[in-house]
Amino acid sequence: MNFTDITFILQLTVATATPIALGSYAGLFSERSGVVNIAIEGMMLMAAMMGAFVSGYTQSLFWGVVAGMLSAAMMAAIHAVVSIRFKTDQIISGMVINLLAAGFTGHIYQIYLVPPRWPGSAGTFPELPIPFLKDIPFLGKILFQHQPIVYTMIILTFVIHYVLFYTPWGLRMRAVGEHPEAADTLGINVYFTRYANVIIGGMLAGLAGIWLSLEWVGTFNINMTGGRGYIALAALIFGRWTPFGAFGAALLFGLANAVQVYTQTLVPEIPAEFLQMMPYVLTIIVAAVRRPIPPAAVGQPYEKE
Amino acid sequence: MASSTPNEVESKSFRERILRPLAVPLLAVFTSLVIGALIIVFTAENPAIGLDKLGKGYWGMFEGAFLKRNGILNTLVVTSPLILTGLAVAIPFHAGLFNIGAEGQFIMGAFTAVLAGIYLDLPPVIHPIVVMLAGFAGGALWGLIPGLLRAYLGAHEVINTIMMNFIAFALVSFAVRGPFLDPNTSSVQTYPIQKTAELVRISGRFHIGIFVTLLVASVVYYFLYKTTWGFSLRTTGHNPNAAKYAGIRPRQQFVLSLVLAGGLAGLAGSLEVQGLTHVVTTGIRAGYGFDAIGVSLLALNNPLAIIPAAFIFGALNIGGDFLQIRAGLSVHIVSILQAFILLFVAAPSIVRYLYRLKVSGGVAEGAPVTRGWGG
Repeated sequence: MNFTDITFILQLTVATATPIALGSYAGLFSERSGVVNIAIEGMMLMAAMMGAFVSGYTQSLFWGVVAGMLSAAMMAAIHAVVSIRFKTDQIISGMVINLLAAGFTGHIYQIYLVPPRWPGSAGTFPELPIPFLKDIPFLGKILFQHQPIVYTMIILTFVIHYVLFYTPWGLRMRAVGEHPEAADTLGINVYFTRYANVIIGGMLAGLAGIWLSLEWVGTFNINMTGGRGYIALAALIFGRWTPFGAFGAALLFGLANAVQVYTQTLVPEIPAEFLQMMPYVLTIIVAAVRRPIPPAAVGQPYEKE
Repeated sequence: MASSTPNEVESKSFRERILRPLAVPLLAVFTSLVIGALIIVFTAENPAIGLDKLGKGYWGMFEGAFLKRNGILNTLVVTSPLILTGLAVAIPFHAGLFNIGAEGQFIMGAFTAVLAGIYLDLPPVIHPIVVMLAGFAGGALWGLIPGLLRAYLGAHEVINTIMMNFIAFALVSFAVRGPFLDPNTSSVQTYPIQKTAELVRISGRFHIGIFVTLLVASVVYYFLYKTTWGFSLRTTGHNPNAAKYAGIRPRQQFVLSLVLAGGLAGLAGSLEVQGLTHVVTTGIRAGYGFDAIGVSLLALNNPLAIIPAAFIFGALNIGGDFLQIRAGLSVHIVSILQAFILLFVAAPSIVRYLYRLKVSGGVAEGAPVTRGWGG
């Protein structure tokens, strides 16, 4: 392994950490306001499909992004209504969303996303190297030669940290997730806060899904999320429900992924399956060594007195 | 009350005991079919094509699952693994845990069963039983790991059972393509199990595995409701702290429930191998472990009610193939139907809201409550 290889691995780390990080921010908005979200996988999958579908038929990546984010927000809204209005078990509601997304995307794929009807992919977002910064040795290539969603993810990490800890919105969100009764007493609308944050989370999960179909692969495949939504959840838990923690965990998973890609090309003797297993084994180890401290009211429906 | 005759009391209790609890599951299935129909029509190229597909598809599903020659037998063949994996979800639910890992446990069970079927030389009758035990052990191991992690390190079983699924897929894929690949066939599969390890087939694909399954379901019912062990397990699920004061060790119950669950899912994998496939292929992922969550919830986690619930899901699975054959619709429609059934059963308040049903007092209500990330 030489210097170029290390740069390559780290650049790939940041890129493949993107959907994991965005997915965990999706979970963060939902869970910090008190709604468990194992539906990130389904929301991502839905957005990946709708992004590919709309961008294909309009031949516009822009409309693909809009449609993808809206469709994921729709799924999040369903999760929110079922969890908040109908007080259903939130983990089961999440499973429903995941199953629904798998079924619906598969159904639409078979009718509209295969020949002869399929007009063809609208391509992927171009790489946008940032002037000057990209010329910094080593770091320039790793951080500043990426496609747009990667940058968006990095910026969002700081924005979400600020919103969560330094704005009234963030304070309300945390209050509702920790102690909804107290928040209610102070005049915070618990239901509105939860609905709003779950749906914002859905849009972020949508962006993660769009990364898959419009930035990474360029088309939609059945079940293309491949468990990334669940890994995002593990990153959120490992990062103890904070943006920087989740970002760090996502980088760890990105690294595992990048090393896998690298090793597979350079040392083909190692069976691919063992390398593919790495992120999953890592998730289990990570979940075992750090006891989670979840928001106190997460998973509990709120019943107004 | 005093004026009511015994006869009235009896008829009322029949309504209360049998009809009321059935209302929500049946309406859940019905409503899901209606929503599925709307999705088929509105996502079609145009509404006329949609209606045509809907008619052909739904009739095909019904005919394929129940009427066609061997239809009902094929439905029963897939009902069997759905019962066992359904139990694999239900038992941990009773202990307050959510097992999303039945799929991986099923696959590991199928794999260890194949190994026992290939490499052990045993007489008939003994061999199939040993292979079933091997399948049970393989699945149980896959349940033991998340069970121990949950009990002693507090790592959440939802995450870990999902991860164990992915690891099982990769591991078995490696084993099938690598060391256990049968070079004598063109498809990617293991060596077949020995003839002595196979289960007898009665007609077509219908094999005697379902009788083992029905026996197991009865035993699980007895275990959960009629034994001290089952009582301890359910008490842990209701309230781990209360269980602790009653001298029950919740940690042991967590491990036990996931080991049993894994074992039953593994047994399902084993029966599948012994009765149907005789080999393990890379396409062993049949999705039973995920459907099982819906089965268990539809049955309100009652081991005996899981039998008809699994039959409904089995019929949907078999019928799903006919959606494709008859109407060119994707089998994915079945996932949509199952998702809505799961939703309406887990959220009976939605069904009651839709149909203006009154809340029935005293009826065991809906899905169990998982405990978010805390518990």
